[in-house]
Amino acid sequence: MSKRITIDPITRLGGHGKIDIFLDDKSDVERVYFQVPELRGFEKFCEGRAAEEMPTLTQKICGVCPTAHHTASSKALDDLFGVEPPPAARKLRELMYNAFMFENHLLHFYFLGGPDFIVGPMAPRAKRNIFGVIDKVGVEMGKKVIDIRKRIRGVNALVSGSALYPVCGLPGGVSKAITEEDRAEIQNVTKDAVEFAKLTLNIFDDVVLNHKGSAKWLTSDVFCHRTYYMGLVDDHDRVNFYDGDIRVVDPNGKEFVKFEAKDYLKHLEERVEPWSYQKILYLKNIGWKGFIDGQDSGVYRVAPLARLNASEGMATPLAQAEYEMMFHALGGKPVHNTLAYHWARLIEVLYAAERMDELARDGEITSPKIRNLPNQTPKEGVGVCEAPRGTLFHHYESDEKAIVEKLNLLVATQNNAAAICMSIEKAARTAIKGGSISDGRLNVVEMAFRAYDPCLACATHCLPGKMPTMVHVYDRKKNR
Amino acid sequence: MTEKPKIALYWCSSCGGCEESVIDLAEDLLTVAAAVDIVFWPVALDFKYKDVVAMNDGEITATLINGAIRTGEQEHMAKIMRKKSKLLIAHGSCAHLGGVVGLANFYQREDLLSRLYQEVPTTNNPQGILPQHETIESGRKIKLPDIHDTVKALDQVVEVDYYIPGCPPTPELIKEAMMMVLENRLPPRGTVLAGKKALCDTCPRIDSKPDKLRIKKFKRIYETEWDPEKCFLDEGIICLGPATRGGCNARCINANMPCRGCFGPTDNVRDQGAKSSSFLASIIDVTDKEALKKTADSIPDPGGLFYRYGLASSILKGKLTPKSS
Ligand code: SF4
Ligand code: SF4
Repeated sequence: MSKRITIDPITRLGGHGKIDIFLDDKSDVERVYFQVPELRGFEKFCEGRAAEEMPTLTQKICGVCPTAHHTASSKALDDLFGVEPPPAARKLRELMYNAFMFENHLLHFYFLGGPDFIVGPMAPRAKRNIFGVIDKVGVEMGKKVIDIRKRIRGVNALVSGSALYPVCGLPGGVSKAITEEDRAEIQNVTKDAVEFAKLTLNIFDDVVLNHKGSAKWLTSDVFCHRTYYMGLVDDHDRVNFYDGDIRVVDPNGKEFVKFEAKDYLKHLEERVEPWSYQKILYLKNIGWKGFIDGQDSGVYRVAPLARLNASEGMATPLAQAEYEMMFHALGGKPVHNTLAYHWARLIEVLYAAERMDELARDGEITSPKIRNLPNQTPKEGVGVCEAPRGTLFHHYESDEKAIVEKLNLLVATQNNAAAICMSIEKAARTAIKGGSISDGRLNVVEMAFRAYDPCLACATHCLPGKMPTMVHVYDRKKNR
Repeated sequence: MTEKPKIALYWCSSCGGCEESVIDLAEDLLTVAAAVDIVFWPVALDFKYKDVVAMNDGEITATLINGAIRTGEQEHMAKIMRKKSKLLIAHGSCAHLGGVVGLANFYQREDLLSRLYQEVPTTNNPQGILPQHETIESGRKIKLPDIHDTVKALDQVVEVDYYIPGCPPTPELIKEAMMMVLENRLPPRGTVLAGKKALCDTCPRIDSKPDKLRIKKFKRIYETEWDPEKCFLDEGIICLGPATRGGCNARCINANMPCRGCFGPTDNVRDQGAKSSSFLASIIDVTDKEALKKTADSIPDPGGLFYRYGLASSILKGKLTPKSS
């Protein structure tokens, strides 16, 4: 039997993507290609632009995680101009950043990846979405999701200018201070955000952990890869989204290397495949050994589960308790089950809420001193932060008039590119046997990438825009 | 029961921000979703291309497309959506004017590719591999859409009925556009569905904008502190408010940052960049040639600044060579 099935576009993710599945003579899966058919070219067309415009320009790489690009860019400018933001500015940036992480992770759980669990992977496709989720969790809960998301967006608008695209980032600080009234208003929201994060973890308990079918998915070998993990950590090796050193652990959880952002070129390298516009990152000191996992392969993973694996804990109490609980439940660190990304993501939601709340209680955050002016001639700068989807690097070189001459951007999803390809292939091999294909089974293939919450708009900042995902199933004779 | 109007949302070369703005409709999204049938929306729903292709021509009441057109696949999809839809609405700066991705028109397509895949310091690519339109690996043929030479706005490839401006548009503007469709109260075809006046007219700082601006040197924002109550131009900082359509609620100004023009030109202006530069030229307060050059030189990267959102659809349209000095 010869056929090729097309899932086009892949859905419920940020950006365009496409998957080609080739079948062998027995109509089992022979090889799978995950493609990003889109490229925009920011690395080139930002050349010649004024450095101070980078935070608002480069964030247009991605409307899903603009705050991550804005932040990495603002930090790259701090470095470029050799100027540190005053404490209040640093705290405002971190507050804005955690508000963004909270909102972004929740968007994934309720709108994009979560429906597969909450409604079920095999549910009719017209139900596997936010509207189906609301049916399942109830209109009241649905309204709460919408309400908290809206209020958190309000915090971001207040601090950074706009709910979606912040504009406040400047070298050495931010453009706008907040008042005591603002702080009180923010505190009202962050208090509720902590409660909402707890509630969401309870829902996860109900619909996934205490549900036999779903819990089985979580630990299933179909979604398991032994890889290295990378994430930003603070001085105590705890997860931090805004700042710190980059720590990499090996597949046994042992520290492999810890380095500062400015040294990223010593540790990371990218590979080009002729069949995708997305480049594939790997650990330079191990090298590229192909799409394989294990200690000898340079493949590593980033984003929620990887951050938790690469750290020694969370810096806030409730999130720390959840962190311990997860690793206990899943058999200790590191956890290699890809679907545990969903769980780790919700623990990060709780951390983000607690951290926001701490910052909103900090009196220093309303200080009017929010900028230091640079007095150094700009030359080169690197900025890093943990985007929802992984470690994000911005690297600029400029002339002495602060016109950008060269830039390099390593975006979050690119770090996971190899692992995503592997996960999709593994899921496809299991789900598609003897050519049997159904909508639900193909959705299981899509679940393999959704766990990573990939952002293909980011991945293809390189070329024009988006990524429709399509799954093609070819037979041996390459017929569709 | 009468059938609900069918609505589709699709994206081309964009960042996803326009879609986020739809989600930011918050509770209004539920109201809109209850009044219509959303038949295609890849970011949130599982319908696939084949579902759209199977629909009758004109079956969709309105399709909102965001993003510019850079690949053959995007152009193809824009044409399909045009055929299937009674109304086609350009949603956001990139579909409207080419947007930030249109800045790629400053460079050749080959420059974008070689920078990204061969030159950046992280890339290890000794063979100089570039992504290919067609690859054959162990006998398997894998295809990528082709990348056009230039970025185009949506109306440069298909007819567009209405425009929602902004990078991104505000949720209020998106909702109002939807309501206009649902309540059948659309303005003349071709209308940009936002404010009619320039941003300055709605700016909270307008009272401090002098009638006669006089500027000897433009200041860069990284080296300057400014009064958070006063008009940016009066402080010597470039703000594109005078040449930009209002309707954004002065988002950037309220965050104490100058406007960069994402809402595009007002109705009577064809080219926002040309308008911006002629306006700024008119407020330069020097006469001798030498001083004039100095003032002009104090504007960093004028091309990239004035055409940040509108290069693809500007009178320059296609290629500009990058500034040499
Ligand atoms: S130039 Fe800018 S700051 Fe001044 S009134 Fe216009 S929009 Fe407001
Ligand atoms: S102030 Fe200007 S750049 Fe900012 S949102 Fe409004 S129109 Fe766009």
